[in-house]
Amino acid sequence: MIEAQNLDLTFQTNDGPVHALKDVSLQIDKGEFVSFIGPSGCGKTTFLRCMADLEHPTGGEITVNGVSPEAARKSRAYGYVFQAAGLYPWRTIGGNIRLPLEIMGYSKADQSERVARVLELVELSGFEKKYPWQLSGGMQQRASIARALAFDADILLMDEPFGALDEIVRDHLNEQLLHLWARTQKTIAFVTHSIPEAVYLSTKIVVMSPRPGRITDVIESPLPKERPLDIRDSPEFLEVAHRVREGLRAGHLDD
Amino acid sequence: MSWLAFAFGAWALGWWLNARLAARPRTQGTRLAVPLIFGITLIAIWEGLVRGLEISPVLLPAPSMIAVRFVASTDILWEDFVQTVIKGALSGYAIGCGSAFLMAILVDRFDFLRRGLLPVGNFVAALPVIGMAPILVMWFGFDWQSKAAVVVVMVFFPMLVNTVQGLADSSAMQRDLMRTYAAGYWATLLKLRLPAAMPFIFNGLKIASTLALIGAIVAEFFGSPIRGMGFRISTSVGQLALDLVWAEIVVAAVAGSAFYGLVALIERAVTFWHPSQRHT
Repeated sequence: MIEAQNLDLTFQTNDGPVHALKDVSLQIDKGEFVSFIGPSGCGKTTFLRCMADLEHPTGGEITVNGVSPEAARKSRAYGYVFQAAGLYPWRTIGGNIRLPLEIMGYSKADQSERVARVLELVELSGFEKKYPWQLSGGMQQRASIARALAFDADILLMDEPFGALDEIVRDHLNEQLLHLWARTQKTIAFVTHSIPEAVYLSTKIVVMSPRPGRITDVIESPLPKERPLDIRDSPEFLEVAHRVREGLRAGHLDD
Repeated sequence: MSWLAFAFGAWALGWWLNARLAARPRTQGTRLAVPLIFGITLIAIWEGLVRGLEISPVLLPAPSMIAVRFVASTDILWEDFVQTVIKGALSGYAIGCGSAFLMAILVDRFDFLRRGLLPVGNFVAALPVIGMAPILVMWFGFDWQSKAAVVVVMVFFPMLVNTVQGLADSSAMQRDLMRTYAAGYWATLLKLRLPAAMPFIFNGLKIASTLALIGAIVAEFFGSPIRGMGFRISTSVGQLALDLVWAEIVVAAVAGSAFYGLVALIERAVTFWHPSQRHT
């Protein structure tokens, strides 16, 4: 699905070159839920942006659906959810979800049908005619997820989508996201800096560390696919969380 | 003496009424009434002082005299209004703002224009462009075309600078989002950057609306056919018919406010989503 081989990315800044990604190799299979976790500057967002063709690697190989990220972007192979909801304030919630559909040339009837379907998927039915600024932050972020789901992309790239929300809302959205993933069978790449979030959601957790940005550990989660919120108190969960924490600490030792 | 007492009485009454109204909680009624009473009081004081102190009508005619003159010369005032506001100011405004808008899209698209034209634009916007009026009258003749040309020159750069700024106002994240949809230049322009630019565009349109009226009136001082508000003002001053000058000023004030108000009203409908316009 997504495959990176010895990926390198160096930014040229005024303070000299910054090694954002070094020798990153990873394979994400169809239907997986992969989290990227690490301190800021570890390149997790940069890696995600490389998959989305928003950033261009300076070395190595990356393919998305077997083609280059640019070709994948042009064939609308993925939906991207940003840190902020970024809904356009002059459009209603329904209008925002319709935006990619308009650009991609879906028919009017198809647009309405899809908008209704994804709104139901993120539990926002009935809010189609509201404006984004009339909704809470959590609802806005759900609408932005609906917007990324509206067209038929198999891949969902999520860049700390719940980072700005409080813990209670976040728990609820995590649970919803798992349901949504189960229902839609998408492949999800998810950037976060929360250990519980990463462990709770993922089938595979990628631990990264900074200077230079690199992968220090890849953990295949032993947790079952069905995950109620209280799985977070189980020994298996705590064990995985412990391993992630160890990986993060190891990355920091060579500072 | 009684007129001076009238002026004093009007002042006291107006003050008392407004002080009482302002102390009350704000309602739709008081919001309108307070400035209205304020204005009427000012006019009453003006009337009382001019009559009581026997000020020469050449220096300052009484409001009643201006009103009488206004009613008696509606046909002249209408003719001047059509010549100056409709033909001169409005056509210049439409041409100037329209071409500035199109130019802004080009400037935004081609970087060499941004780097070359925008500094020049800022320089010209700071110039008192009205100084070019005599030249433009020479080029385009005495009739309204030259007035429209002055208005075009006056409104072009403020409108251009505002629109260019507005087109650059979308955030990096919003543009990235359009990129993930593989949206082309036109889709991005129409669905993201133009809507995002609207608050700036209306700011430019409002600034231009006041400039347009000033430009059209003042340009007539440098030559015009025997009609037009600027023409009437300059010749009536020569004939010491100051009441007619004031009547023209009343027309200009009403037309200017109505024009600005109309643009502001459209702005409210178009940019209802902007934090400065939201009331919910």
